[in-house]
Amino acid sequence: MLRIVIPFRLNLALPDRANTDRDEAIMKQEEGLRRSPLFPCHQEAGARLVDFAGWEMPVQYAGLMAEHEAVRTAAGLFDVSHMGEFRVSGPGAEAFLQRMTPNNVAKLKIGRAHYSALLTQRGTYVDDLLIYRLGQEEFLVVVNAANIDKDFDWLSSHLTEDCQLENQSDDFALIALQGPKAPEILAKLTDVDLNPIRYYRFKWGDVAGVHALISRTGYTGEDGFELYVPPSQSPNVWRSLMEVGAPLGLQPAGLGARDTLRLEASMALYGHEIDDTTTPWEAGLDWTVKMASGDFLGRDALLEQQQRGADRRLVGFEIEGRGIAREGHLVLLGDQEVGRVTSGTYSPTFKKALGMAYVPLNLSEPGQPLVLDVRGKRLEAKVAETPFYRREK
Amino acid sequence: MYPSEYLYTKEHEWIRVEGDSGVLGITQFAQHELGDVVFVELPEVGQKFESHDEIGTIESVKAVAELYTPVSGEILEINEALIDDPAVLNDDPHTDGWLLRIQVANKEDLQELMSAEQYTQYVDEASD
Repeated sequence: MLRIVIPFRLNLALPDRANTDRDEAIMKQEEGLRRSPLFPCHQEAGARLVDFAGWEMPVQYAGLMAEHEAVRTAAGLFDVSHMGEFRVSGPGAEAFLQRMTPNNVAKLKIGRAHYSALLTQRGTYVDDLLIYRLGQEEFLVVVNAANIDKDFDWLSSHLTEDCQLENQSDDFALIALQGPKAPEILAKLTDVDLNPIRYYRFKWGDVAGVHALISRTGYTGEDGFELYVPPSQSPNVWRSLMEVGAPLGLQPAGLGARDTLRLEASMALYGHEIDDTTTPWEAGLDWTVKMASGDFLGRDALLEQQQRGADRRLVGFEIEGRGIAREGHLVLLGDQEVGRVTSGTYSPTFKKALGMAYVPLNLSEPGQPLVLDVRGKRLEAKVAETPFYRREK
Repeated sequence: MYPSEYLYTKEHEWIRVEGDSGVLGITQFAQHELGDVVFVELPEVGQKFESHDEIGTIESVKAVAELYTPVSGEILEINEALIDDPAVLNDDPHTDGWLLRIQVANKEDLQELMSAEQYTQYVDEASD
């Protein structure tokens, strides 16, 4: 009876399935699904697993709404080990990344990170990413799981002689501890002073006795940390965090809650809001592009679009009535398609349906009424201020 | 877990036949797969359908399920309480979370459906 599940596939009308555990194991292998080093923790917690970007990952544990609320009011623990990590090092590392990404790498200090992207010559997205400056000549680049191979090939094909690129994706498990109680929970397991680690800064230090990169970043709109740890020791870190965090309301949270949380915070997701047909101007990610930082891939195209003006823009919308617009649903003007929904969900925080869509510039002002075609039915929506959710500081 | 007096569809709905009508709902398995239900859209009382017609939708935060009627007939009653509080579908899908009452115009429609025992086996195979 399930027709659409976005962005995770959970087919209800299941096809013929394997009859034995052995067949199931072979099937998984044939599907090529990878498992996170934290997989045993998810099994212990009774997670429901889905295929996400070629990984068998937890989509939910106790329930999406409860997990979402835990992150907004206490804390949630996410396994995002599927993310990819590349190390870029050498005398030419800074110049190489400056050329490959639109944000200003020269201004990035050691111990800090910034959000950036890989862009095509057309100024559209290859991927979005985080860059950590580990040293003067050493960077860690964190990319989306689905794009690891593509990004690595892309970077390799542009690599200069004075710099090395190494795919270290298998060297890190990544645990995200997110929510207002995150600092209090983490402080119980580390001697590192967390206070100076402000937003988008990081430090190396032991967490539950395990050497970790402690980064104050996240994808939920809440305060929190992302912990890069050795895979073999990651289950110990996870279990220790759950043990000290549970009394404070910490819950394991799946990809389902991660998606509703990031959507409320109006954060773009590659393959949805951004892809190789969209530019940072269109996606409202202007702040990640530093045109004055020198030449970078895609700059010419972005300059041209800047001068000409983008003709569409990513907006947030809310639906006042009942119903939820999902990815791929059309934005209509009269009978004509003028835009498309990139993500849509019910918002556990605001108790109504929210989403993001590309619309023509003249329909992009907050308050603008929109008509959405939801499976043949017309729903009234209006453009909203984004982010929908902003935490109190 | 699945009441023995109900009949079940492959689309994970149940029907409890009472004389010339039946009460329709979705199963425990279906509500669990859907997760937190946030909207339920049901037909109007008086509308007439053929078996296998789509008669409504159920939306959870992350999923949409289409609802099909296993029997032909007229809609006699809908569960209004569910419209205001869809979470009842998650809490109690087999009783308080009933969706609607439909006339069973043709008893032969019921022959295609599964017994509780058959459905339990069907779900076990599906959820391995």
